[in-house]
Amino acid sequence: MSRQAPPPTSSALLRAEAEVAIVGGGIMGLALAYNLTERGVTDVVVLEAHHLAWGASGRNGGGIRQQWSTEMNIRLMQESIDICGRFAQELGTNVWMRQGGYLFLCRDPKMLARMEAVIALQNRCDVPTRLLSSAEVMDLVPELDVRAYAGAWYNPTDAIVFPWPFLWGYARAAARAGVEIHTVTPVTAIERRAGAFELETPKGKVRAQRVVNAAGAWSPQVARLMGLELPTWPARHEILSTEPLKPFLRPMVSVIDTGLYFSQSLRGEIVGGITLHEPRHDQVQLGSRLEFLEAMAAGLCEAMPRLGDVKVVRQWAGPYDLTPDNSPIVGEAPDVPGFYLCSGFVGHGFMMAPVVAKHYALHLTGGPTHPFFHQWRLRRFAEGDLVRENLIIG
Amino acid sequence: MAGKIILCRCEDVTTRDVERAVATGFSDLEEVKRYTGFGTGPCQGKECLRAVALHLARATGREPGALSPFTSRPPLAPTELKFFVKGRDTTKRNG
Repeated sequence: MSRQAPPPTSSALLRAEAEVAIVGGGIMGLALAYNLTERGVTDVVVLEAHHLAWGASGRNGGGIRQQWSTEMNIRLMQESIDICGRFAQELGTNVWMRQGGYLFLCRDPKMLARMEAVIALQNRCDVPTRLLSSAEVMDLVPELDVRAYAGAWYNPTDAIVFPWPFLWGYARAAARAGVEIHTVTPVTAIERRAGAFELETPKGKVRAQRVVNAAGAWSPQVARLMGLELPTWPARHEILSTEPLKPFLRPMVSVIDTGLYFSQSLRGEIVGGITLHEPRHDQVQLGSRLEFLEAMAAGLCEAMPRLGDVKVVRQWAGPYDLTPDNSPIVGEAPDVPGFYLCSGFVGHGFMMAPVVAKHYALHLTGGPTHPFFHQWRLRRFAEGDLVRENLIIG
Repeated sequence: MAGKIILCRCEDVTTRDVERAVATGFSDLEEVKRYTGFGTGPCQGKECLRAVALHLARATGREPGALSPFTSRPPLAPTELKFFVKGRDTTKRNG
């Protein structure tokens, strides 16, 4: 490593004052911290209860796709993938990005028919998604058994990254610019005092002018410290990784009907998950289940029978942060000026973080406000103005 | 040879890699696992966890007993996916 970088984590005592305190050292909080420094705000602390990459940011499949069903999300993800492509050069950390595309397989002919309008919308936004014939699917991924599917579509410009270095990259760049990142520093209380916030942690107190709740699946607990109820809840999502194989699989493959998805990482492993329904819990659940391994093995072996002979090496779980309309919650809390929300990304926060954090930093520093601040405001639930995004996977 | 002693054979993690992780600010086994990739290969830490823990303890001036191991993940050993598919004949290749 030729580049000398300050530590991304700090064991020093908290500074007494900060302009912005970010609760949560996941991709969203770290990306926001970095983007604030790019806008000249460096008096920032990031408070992480565990360590970096502890929550969903360190446990996801690293998929970055532009195939969404609303124009705003498509355009946001185009911008996000541009940022990902420049990340290594601009932030000095290789995130192992591989632009192999996303291939969706679909059993349900009605779903396939509905996708035509979505694909047309993506094409109007210059995302080159197109329907594929069985023969084209076989050309792209010869190992697939396509007999069960009514159809398929593919966008060659979607990508995967390796999540962990993405976090180190943002953390390092933020720390270089002066941001203090404190791991193993849970926020245990927040009090409003004289127009500012006093955040209590085991390392002491920090007084911040503004607070951003970027605690992912734990954000309802953080919001509650402020007396605020978020309409979000955590859901366990499991994932597994196989032994490394010679590179053979170009795109991320997803079966839209079951939520199965899998890709080959640059380490050669097949990494993927599948949707499992489970009862609602208020607490984050991170245990691994045989039920998942069985569902995933069945899904993988059906889509790609050869994978039956491939060894699974490990499985783990991460928390999705769910909202009633599958869309995030951002912006200033309606009744708590200075307290900002940035959560509810429903398993897609990692891919959205680069672009959301960029616009969030603009918003917090008097720059233009992106329309997502209106669409994703907390009040929409009370007003009945929900978002209609239906391409949620996993 | 200094620094080139391999602690994790699956992922080629050396003593120097662990020292670099410490210099970068990572001091827990969970963090060092994520930073270096040690323990994420076929052995899943069964061979290397002790060696890395000892080296990490030495590098950070702690007792090895003060370090918590990382969360071990199922399955116990790498296992062919076909064994987890219910009702499947596992005696045949690709079957």
